[in-house]
Amino acid sequence: MRRPLEGILVLEFCQFLAGPSAGLKLADLGARVIKIERPVKGDACRQLAIKNLFVDEDSLLFHTINRNKESYAADLKNPEDLDVIRKLIARADVMTHNFRPGVMEKIGLDYQSVQALNPKIIYAAVTGYGNEGPWANKPGQDLLVQSVSGLTHLSGSSEEGPVPFGLSVTDIMCGNHLTQGIIAALIKRAKTNKSVLVEVSLLESALDVQFEVLTTYLSDGGQLPKRSKVKGSGHAYLSAPYGTYETSDGYIALAMGDLGKISELIGCDISAVYMNAGDSFENRDALLALLGQTFKTNTNQHWLSILEPQDIWCASVLNYKEATELEVFKKMEIRQLLDLGNGRTLDTTRAPMQIDGRKLFASKAAPKIGADNEKINKEFDLK
Amino acid sequence: MKPLEEYLVVDFSQFLSGPSASLRLADMGARVIKIERLGVGDICRTLYTSNVIMNGESSVFHAINRNKESFEVNLKDEQDCQMVRELLAKADVMIHNFRPGVMERLGFDYGSVQEINPEIIYAELSGYGAEVDGKGKPGQDLLLQSVTGLTWLSGNADSGPVAMGLSIVDMLAGSHLAQGILACLFRKITSKVGALVQVSMIESAYDFQFETITTFMNEGEILPERTAKNNANAYLGAPYGIYKTEGGYIALAMGSIPVLADLLGCDELKKYTDPAEAFDKRDEIKPILADHLLTGTTEKWLAILEPADIWCADVLNWKQLIDHEGFKALNMIQEVKMNDGYQYQTTRCPIRIDGELLTSAKGSPKLGQDNEQIIRQFINVKSSIHE
Repeated sequence: MRRPLEGILVLEFCQFLAGPSAGLKLADLGARVIKIERPVKGDACRQLAIKNLFVDEDSLLFHTINRNKESYAADLKNPEDLDVIRKLIARADVMTHNFRPGVMEKIGLDYQSVQALNPKIIYAAVTGYGNEGPWANKPGQDLLVQSVSGLTHLSGSSEEGPVPFGLSVTDIMCGNHLTQGIIAALIKRAKTNKSVLVEVSLLESALDVQFEVLTTYLSDGGQLPKRSKVKGSGHAYLSAPYGTYETSDGYIALAMGDLGKISELIGCDISAVYMNAGDSFENRDALLALLGQTFKTNTNQHWLSILEPQDIWCASVLNYKEATELEVFKKMEIRQLLDLGNGRTLDTTRAPMQIDGRKLFASKAAPKIGADNEKINKEFDLK
Repeated sequence: MKPLEEYLVVDFSQFLSGPSASLRLADMGARVIKIERLGVGDICRTLYTSNVIMNGESSVFHAINRNKESFEVNLKDEQDCQMVRELLAKADVMIHNFRPGVMERLGFDYGSVQEINPEIIYAELSGYGAEVDGKGKPGQDLLLQSVTGLTWLSGNADSGPVAMGLSIVDMLAGSHLAQGILACLFRKITSKVGALVQVSMIESAYDFQFETITTFMNEGEILPERTAKNNANAYLGAPYGIYKTEGGYIALAMGSIPVLADLLGCDELKKYTDPAEAFDKRDEIKPILADHLLTGTTEKWLAILEPADIWCADVLNWKQLIDHEGFKALNMIQEVKMNDGYQYQTTRCPIRIDGELLTSAKGSPKLGQDNEQIIRQFINVKSSIHE
């Protein structure tokens, strides 16, 4: 059966991660995604490398986010190029951008103007903080959004001050929300036959990811989250034993579980600080520390062999080497190879879903800037 | 008009992963009916977080299950199963997150449901994928974070593993499930075909790390190294991180070290003129910067850095955030009301469609509160059920 979004044409004016990660999902779900990039430089992510890793002239990071897409180079400040882009927009189903508020108005590709070119377009915009208020013009950067959103007070121990999530979590969540909004808009358009505007922001996504704990906070008389002092505690709102523990040869994680049963199984006397169930929260610091002392005395394998058969929720804490050698990593075929041409390949991960029992593999590597101009000009009769 | 108006979603899932997907669909306009176990319901109802109980049930249940209906049934009772089958015959989407094998035993596996409703979107969410799971490892968030390497990215080099302090893998998997469902609903509209959508927490956890795992696989398997202090991303150079100031904290994203040195009046940093040093010598640079930033307030530093277009921000807690005009401008909080009149505040859907906020005043359902209405509307068989 065909992929769900086959036949949908997406023009991506986005750069960096949030918008392009949505483009990637749409592409893996079957859409045709064309990046509209300025000539020569292209998406700024092409030069944004982590650990100075490049594949030919583009960063590995760019390759990771922009596989399975095409590239059309156009200078939006050049009237001729802009004219071509207008023609392409007239044929598209979706366009996405993440310019700061006001930029698309200046270029003449704001929602109203685009509606005039294509009354059935899905117009999707990503911002940092929405279009209104004192933050509207702040740079939409992941760490900064995490910092204002309260997110940095949830991880690590209370001794460490604010601890950010060590990944661009607001970008990635926002990309997920953008994807949802765009597909919902396609559904709406199928009924109304009219254009749809979709808007998301990094900050709203950062708040949504905290929706459970924010709802708790709003009903809890303004009690701010209190992380445990103990290293390895896993969640400000969850009681002992939730967290990770050092063992004699590594670390193990324990999720929620019956403390009485666990302490007995591992031979740890917690009777002084655990008299009733409420103590698992009240005496969390002391309990985490006590359990930690016991876990240090033996190996991961030892503890797992005791806890797992008793259905205690636990696991070894793995690093990337171990995590990519797991049987499930292989069986689920998480890794996929991109075809760089001339027999060269690039390892990356695949889309995280299966449709109709099939994994959404795509071996198409990221495009060079303007790689598809000629083909697209011909196909859409643009020049 | 909301995009999913007129669509019916029947949701068997519990906890956070699946129900977060159906919450999104509900906010987009779908009617979501939770199928809940007789007498008990979604276990999340009694899974307390920080002992915060609202109207007799856990705060997280109320956050995740607002804007839904509850149909209380006994899936081990044939008559109840028949009612659920009748409901499924009229549904557009069905969701579950039981461990592999459970739906087969109950007779609600994809094949059986397809017979009732060939055009249904059947969405299932597992911990480790249906093919692998068999032995039934629990699909629990912290454990998934732990086995996929995620705990080595946050915190400092000597912190040991640091979990992200939210059920992030549950939410990612729910988000991916919603995407798959939406895409297949779109295909159903255009092609009149049903679909099987499968998402697992482990795929979602690896996908979350697609940038760093791709780096790992292509860099000769070098493990991520967090900085000794002020780490915010193992893969980025100085100044990327959060720093203590006099009386507060400041976040600094990417920025040139010599430029920062000039603006902040930090002579010691001026020698790091080679851009490559920002990464290679980050464990030298960050402590110098940290010591210097401690000598002034956050306000002082922001007043210098922001006008110079340096990417920086104050570090807020929820109270400071909610009091801020920047937050108020978003209208992110909504008040919802349960059938018994109990009201509570929660956040709204983060997506805007046609300039509209996707809000809904409907609170979470009491267990079985909609049985009568659902039976009257959808079900022909006469039932013995507790009305």
